[in-house]
Amino acid sequence: MKKLFFAIVAVVLSSGESFADDVKLGIVLGFTGPIESLTPPMADAAEMAIAEVNESGQFLDGMTISAVRADSTCIDSAAATSAAERLVSSDGVKGIMGADCSGVTGAILQNVALPNGIVMISPSATSPGLSHNNNEDNGLFFRTSPSDARQGVVMSEILLEQGIDTVAVSYVNNDYGKGLSESFQASFANMGGTVTLNTGHEDGKGDYSAEVAALASAGGDRLVVMGYLDQGGSGIVRAALDSGAFDTFHFPDGMIGENLEQNFGSELDGSTGQHPGSDSPGTVQFADMVGDAFNATSPFTPESYDAAALIILAMQAAKSIEPQDYKDHILDVANAPGEEIYPGELGKALEIIMGGGDIDYVGATAVELIGPGESAGNYREVMIKDGTIMTVKYR
Amino acid sequence: MDILNAIVAFSNFVLIPATSYGSQLALGALGVTMIYGILRFSNFAHGDTMAFGAMITILVTWWMQALGLHFGPLPTALLALPVGIVGCLLLLVVTDRAIYRFYRIQKAKPVILVIVSMGVMFIMNGLVRFVIGPGERHFSDGERFIISAREFKALTGLAEGLALRTSQAITIATAIIVVAVLFWFLNRTRTGKSMRAYSDNEDLALLSGINPERVVFVTWVIVAVLATIAGVLYGLDKSFKPFVYFQLLLPIFAAAVVGGLGNPLGAIAGGFIIAFSEVMITYAWKKVAGYVVPWWSPEGLVQLISTDYKFAISFIILIIVLLFRPTGLFRGKAV
Repeated sequence: MKKLFFAIVAVVLSSGESFADDVKLGIVLGFTGPIESLTPPMADAAEMAIAEVNESGQFLDGMTISAVRADSTCIDSAAATSAAERLVSSDGVKGIMGADCSGVTGAILQNVALPNGIVMISPSATSPGLSHNNNEDNGLFFRTSPSDARQGVVMSEILLEQGIDTVAVSYVNNDYGKGLSESFQASFANMGGTVTLNTGHEDGKGDYSAEVAALASAGGDRLVVMGYLDQGGSGIVRAALDSGAFDTFHFPDGMIGENLEQNFGSELDGSTGQHPGSDSPGTVQFADMVGDAFNATSPFTPESYDAAALIILAMQAAKSIEPQDYKDHILDVANAPGEEIYPGELGKALEIIMGGGDIDYVGATAVELIGPGESAGNYREVMIKDGTIMTVKYR
Repeated sequence: MDILNAIVAFSNFVLIPATSYGSQLALGALGVTMIYGILRFSNFAHGDTMAFGAMITILVTWWMQALGLHFGPLPTALLALPVGIVGCLLLLVVTDRAIYRFYRIQKAKPVILVIVSMGVMFIMNGLVRFVIGPGERHFSDGERFIISAREFKALTGLAEGLALRTSQAITIATAIIVVAVLFWFLNRTRTGKSMRAYSDNEDLALLSGINPERVVFVTWVIVAVLATIAGVLYGLDKSFKPFVYFQLLLPIFAAAVVGGLGNPLGAIAGGFIIAFSEVMITYAWKKVAGYVVPWWSPEGLVQLISTDYKFAISFIILIIVLLFRPTGLFRGKAV
């Protein structure tokens, strides 16, 4: 009887042991909801980074990492919070790659990450409201995407360079749309442009002709649609094209994706846009690594790879999987000095850190974290030609 | 020239959209008013009945498109419409047999039937989302425009464009045909007359040998036709999304009540009143005003209410009409 008892204890302990060798990372993205066509490649990219580390076997004395996905829904803060809560309390994740949309990211940060002390690195939340300059986030929140304060400036530059100085703006009425439209309007006016109308639209309506009629009355050389591709943003574009109110558009990050080509094709010829992206050699290497597995140029996909990689590298640098230990190492591994690390070199990076060396993670998007832990901001300027999205240049 | 531009801009952004939206609302309100007049309850499930009929039509349309069947420049959905109507009728008859008939035999109060119809609404809503999913579905094909804004500008040389979509023209034409046939049926045929008799006085109609079950069945047939056509036209013209049909219930009821519940003519008038008010009150008149009064260049948009409050307009009109003319503009039955 005694032997049996010890055997059971031994089995339980050993299984507990093997459990501890595995670190869990949460991937919280909107797999359903208004950007559901953008999120699958993002999650795939993050999991690719994890798989790469597992293959190298260099992570913290041979520990392995596994990913747990959860749905942020992009818009439903309550659902996102409970999904993240489940990851932390029942799955026991040690860090979160996510979330995606600014509103739910803020909600998860306030309700789950801060109380539980979990590090979050978002690949795509861009609201200026998430820049925690006074350490309101306890140093737990980072993002590999730039703040929209920067995107507003870049957008203004792109439009003015093309000689477009009056535009109408329709933004999705939430944290992302409001933040971006305010930063854009301020910088566009500063540089000498005029925003004829800056108005919101609600997602999920059947008909946007009334909104477009108001925009058409206000006029402008181009309509800037700051919305979501799989939601009201497309509805606004459809109504504007149908009524002939606007012929060309300008799209920020939330609107650029495969469905834009599929839904509208060459109707959008001459329209422009931009989304975070860079022409650093890392982007090409990342695309090569991905191959045909998923779409490597989809917005925020390389950022997702980098976000997951940063968490892992910081854990290695801190020699700990606990967020309270490794949160202070994220800026160290992301920025100079140190050996530059490109996609596919995560194993090498882990080895260097183990050997006491310093690294400068460049990754797929030329990561350089500034200020309160957000990307400095490189953008890919695009133009739609013959129904396909073409790269104009990087800035 | 300026006056022409003003007229074109007005037609493009107010007249055409409001007329097609009004036709869709009128068809929906006709269905509501028929049920109210003959079956004597407000059917809250009507929006979802429209969604169900449209869903069947969409499924058949997809099947036809897969087979390579097309309807020339017109949308294939028009070919699929009869199947959609039959599918919708089946659902309505089953609902009636299983649910409404029980309460009818008991002579339940209208308010009980209203609550029952709410339950039916949730079930139908769930059914539609279960089958076709909650997302947006596209099923329109054929020529998109009769004349697009760009073509119009090139043709006339005006600064303003006028777009007329095929779906808008079909909506208006179909609505006229359906309404004409309905009125002919109600006023000229024996069955139609017996339905009106049943509506006016149930007991008297029974005494004169009218078969109530038959009247009820014919009513559901008419409702299925109206709801499916309204649902498909709305989906073709705008977009098909189950939840949007649920929201449509408000303007549809507003239209029926404003016109006078139970009065078919009122339903049509109500539909157009609601549609034109919604569009005209939320329209930004700056451009049109600029053409008509060139020396006046307003700072703002000359917009009475922001488009966000579109649905509030239905409510406001509803309240005003109920305050001053509780039976509606066309003297419907007492609510």
